[in-house]
Amino acid sequence: MVLAFAESSHGKIKKAGLEAVHFAALTAAKMKTNCVALVFGEAADAASLGEYGATTVYQNVAPGLAHFDAQVYGAALADAAHQLGATLLVLSHSANGKALLGNVSYRLDAGSVSAVSDIPETENGFVVRKGVYSGKAIAEVAIDTPVKVLSVQGNAIPLQKIGNSAPVKSLELNVQASRITVLSADQQTGNAAPLPEAETVVSGGRGLKGPENWGILEDLANVLQATTACSRPVADADWRPHHEHVGQTGIAIRPNLYIAMGISGAIQHLAGVSQSKTIVVINNDPEAPFFKAANYGVVGDLFEVVPRLTEAIRNLKE
Amino acid sequence: MKILVCISKTPDTTAKITFRDGGLALDSTGITFIMNPYDEWYALVKALELQEKWGGTVSLVHVGMEDSEPIIRKGLAIGASDAFRIACDATSADQVAFQIATLAREQGFDILFTGKEAIDYQGAEVGSRIAAQLDVPFVSFASFLEMDSEKTARIRRDIEGGTETVQVDVPLVVSAAKGMAEQRIPNMRGIMTAKSKPLHVVTPVTYTGKVRVISHALPPAKKAVQFIAPDNMAELARLLREEAKVI
Repeated sequence: MVLAFAESSHGKIKKAGLEAVHFAALTAAKMKTNCVALVFGEAADAASLGEYGATTVYQNVAPGLAHFDAQVYGAALADAAHQLGATLLVLSHSANGKALLGNVSYRLDAGSVSAVSDIPETENGFVVRKGVYSGKAIAEVAIDTPVKVLSVQGNAIPLQKIGNSAPVKSLELNVQASRITVLSADQQTGNAAPLPEAETVVSGGRGLKGPENWGILEDLANVLQATTACSRPVADADWRPHHEHVGQTGIAIRPNLYIAMGISGAIQHLAGVSQSKTIVVINNDPEAPFFKAANYGVVGDLFEVVPRLTEAIRNLKE
Repeated sequence: MKILVCISKTPDTTAKITFRDGGLALDSTGITFIMNPYDEWYALVKALELQEKWGGTVSLVHVGMEDSEPIIRKGLAIGASDAFRIACDATSADQVAFQIATLAREQGFDILFTGKEAIDYQGAEVGSRIAAQLDVPFVSFASFLEMDSEKTARIRRDIEGGTETVQVDVPLVVSAAKGMAEQRIPNMRGIMTAKSKPLHVVTPVTYTGKVRVISHALPPAKKAVQFIAPDNMAELARLLREEAKVI
């Protein structure tokens, strides 16, 4: 049986959680077994995980799971995997998923691979693929242990509804006392998806000349319902918050569409964005290295080009 | 305070990546190997800042063979007190974590730092596994850390679209992300004293890795960029909808 951990936030399953369940369900079908989902905390839409392939949704609403603690979550997840007899556990490659993967794998004596990008090969052994060297290569990794744990790269597989809503059952778990006290949380609010989950990202670099010029970028992001991002120099200069920084030392993303304006495309920036499915580069320097990684390029003054693009997309959407 | 800093060896960020033996192994011809930037810039420097304020020692821990010694010496030159090299090849996250956790249990520590991830395999798993094996709290992707006393740390960690600040007592495992500290360049005195600092070579414990890399491939070549005239953004919008199908 395949167990998927569906992360939730503010009482709702996260997109990364839906992806983990769908990935687990598609893998379970190949393994000729079924997929069940596990949710910690209240989530009004837990039953809808059935639509993405879970046959049952287990839920635990213990107060001890209200805040993320890798040790507490790791122990509870391992307990669930034991109780349910899971041979494969699927997590999201999210901030919490990354902190959890090694922990729960150690407890299950399991081989583990992070940021898996394709449904595993299960015919001859168990082999997964993942991007390595900042997207410069793809590795095939065999997992040899009876119990296996994976985390799924965000936006790696298209979400498709393949079933109906599933029964939600409560599951008693070993919930340890946390040794970590959460003092405060500072999370962006608003409608845009968080960067690692975003399907469309609009990103700006030093070519925008100053934080006061971000309006044209935000207008384009609004018409595309995109999440905004920036290059490292922009974050370092405090023009934009650090959590918007994409690249080698920031967040690695792989949206369907990445639009970069005023970013030259240093190799460290490309390392974080080169796995985007479609890349548009707008830059006034025809020699900018980013054009080599782009699908579509526009050589021109971004202060003229970007408002025109926003207008053209708005016209198309009407 | 007693601090352990795990360092790993990775290809330089600008390295051109190719493979040999039918994709089995990295072709290291012409590649410069460096200390993983997250380990060097953030984990090690934060450890040194804590030592400067609270006293104690900062020890490097590395899993690798003799060819890793230049990066270990660099860590000593930046300011670490001593180093442990566990003498085996690093083959998987679970194997590296098991070796380090075994040594860390013997040595004891207040804080064990790793970088956020190694820039080659990007698993971010080693710290998480060590914490599980030693049953100590784990705080991942820390971009700020201060000790409120010798026993209690206040740590800000990066989460999707923001941060979370937590309080936790030592001993603990922390993975260090950008923002934690500022990169330090070794000075001449550091480089000279590094040569005489202790570098202990440790015999690995018996352990078989749980995953195997069986091949590598390069990503499919990207089609050449298609340029669109700057006064024809309607065409770009059309291409994004009809050709790329992304809007």
